[in-house]
Amino acid sequence: MKLTDEELGMRDGAEGDAVAAAMDLLIRYGAALGAERLVDTRNVAGTMTQPSPAKAKLVEEGGWARAYAVINLDCDKDIEIPRMKVPTCQLQHGFGKDAAGLTAYPDSSIALQSDAESYFSERGVNILATCTPYQVGNLPVRGEHCAWMESSAVVYCNSVLGARTNCEGAASTGAAGLTGKIPYWGNHLPENRFATDLIRADVEIDTFQEWGMLGYFVGEQVQEARPAVTGLLRQPDLSDLKHFGAATATSGGVELYHMPGITPEAPTLEAAFGGSTVPKARTYGARERRWVYETLNGQGQSTDVDFVLLGCPHASLDQVARIAELLDGRRLHSGTELWVMTPGALRTMADRNGYTRIITAAGGHVLTDSCPAMSKAAPPGTRVFATDSAKQAHYLPAILGIEAWFGTLDECIDAAVTGRWRGDLRP
Amino acid sequence: MIELRGRGIVPGVVEAEALVTRDPISGFGGIDVATGTVIEPRHELFGVCFTGKVLVFPGAKGSSGWSGFFQSTRLMGTAPAAMVFQVITTKAVLGAIVTRVPTVVEATPDPLEMMRTGDLVRVDGDSGIVTILAQAARRRVSLNEKSGGASTPK
Repeated sequence: MKLTDEELGMRDGAEGDAVAAAMDLLIRYGAALGAERLVDTRNVAGTMTQPSPAKAKLVEEGGWARAYAVINLDCDKDIEIPRMKVPTCQLQHGFGKDAAGLTAYPDSSIALQSDAESYFSERGVNILATCTPYQVGNLPVRGEHCAWMESSAVVYCNSVLGARTNCEGAASTGAAGLTGKIPYWGNHLPENRFATDLIRADVEIDTFQEWGMLGYFVGEQVQEARPAVTGLLRQPDLSDLKHFGAATATSGGVELYHMPGITPEAPTLEAAFGGSTVPKARTYGARERRWVYETLNGQGQSTDVDFVLLGCPHASLDQVARIAELLDGRRLHSGTELWVMTPGALRTMADRNGYTRIITAAGGHVLTDSCPAMSKAAPPGTRVFATDSAKQAHYLPAILGIEAWFGTLDECIDAAVTGRWRGDLRP
Repeated sequence: MIELRGRGIVPGVVEAEALVTRDPISGFGGIDVATGTVIEPRHELFGVCFTGKVLVFPGAKGSSGWSGFFQSTRLMGTAPAAMVFQVITTKAVLGAIVTRVPTVVEATPDPLEMMRTGDLVRVDGDSGIVTILAQAARRRVSLNEKSGGASTPK
């Protein structure tokens, strides 16, 4: 890999041991990818505060510096961790104090994370604590080189915002924060951003649920490729594309898609393909839609729902408002829990607008920072859960060994209030 | 001995039994790091432990937690002995680096065609060569089966 004098200096210790370790990792990583060089970034979204058994042990051995060295820099040396060189934020992590006592999630993990927040805040890390940093203070601009992880955020960053990031990990973002560098590879290169596959929706994509199901189909079809999506698409909003992208990155590994006329790098279908021949479309029709619905609902048998999870990826303020509207004046079923996951900053807005009060009065909880999949924790005794998120319906059964139902927000609220799943695919 | 030539991306040499899958592997929701086991219900290796094996797979899929999950297998002592994969992604490449096990990518002929679970293999991450030292028993395809005949082979 070609390195600048500045980068060689970092590698050789000109900016201290931690930066040298970070540059060493970036060089190993970039070379393994086959990257020609590194690129400057001033926008890093990674993870360092999330507790894990392995991390707890490292913290015990040598504090947070040791944990960051090993996990975020792949370095076994005893080093001091300086302030981040470029703007860096913490993505979603484990549950915080607001979830204490609601699950078997250990108090020791909540305390460990709180300790980590203090340590990393002092080093310039913004604790956004969400899988949707673009909702609460980190909104990249078109063309900006970023180093982000969290697959649903990466696909949103590339596709909806037109910024450029690969799907990074804890170690590469850890190194990027200290150096302001990341391998110039993959999605950073303009020629790698054109569509490769074409999917056409022949059924109306006009609700949050429909966007999620289409996304799940697209990811399953194209896997790691770059789809252009056309057809009967009604104008989506932030929540729709947040759900759509998360689903494409769940059934597949989509990091970048185009929707001609909707997303910024595809003013037209031809532009999406960069002038190359537009391939024949694979169609998403009634049969494919039914397949997605049945796949996502293939993990549910009992209709007795004891847990409803909303806000995956973390709910927008609009979504929280809608949930409050549906729950206003109602009470949850005695055997059913309802959690709404949203970023801490939006929780503050929800408090201010009275949404939290309405949801709480109904017996639900508005929670931040995490989700059941990230924290591997649901209300005690949960056997069957329902959600409006294709991503959470896909992952949670494997992670917690529980049954899943996937449906609309209205169906989920109905399940929360009645304790019964009565969802069905609308014609 | 059969040699497959690729690119070594993590140095080191190891000999171990191969565990081969045609399904891409997911980290988050795909493996349990405490036991080194695949936990994705629809995966071909569901319930199978990869600890100490040469993990031969097409590539990574799913969440960006991939590298962190495989790094945790190293820290928990449940890591595979080596990795051999074909599709270069940031997730799989970074994952191999932080798992610190010899890794060869983009080998030819295709490891997924040439290798079977149970083969004894050597992965040389320095030279980028994967060697099949001893093959596990193959199911032999008889002429009768090929031509659709009904008689039972010996």
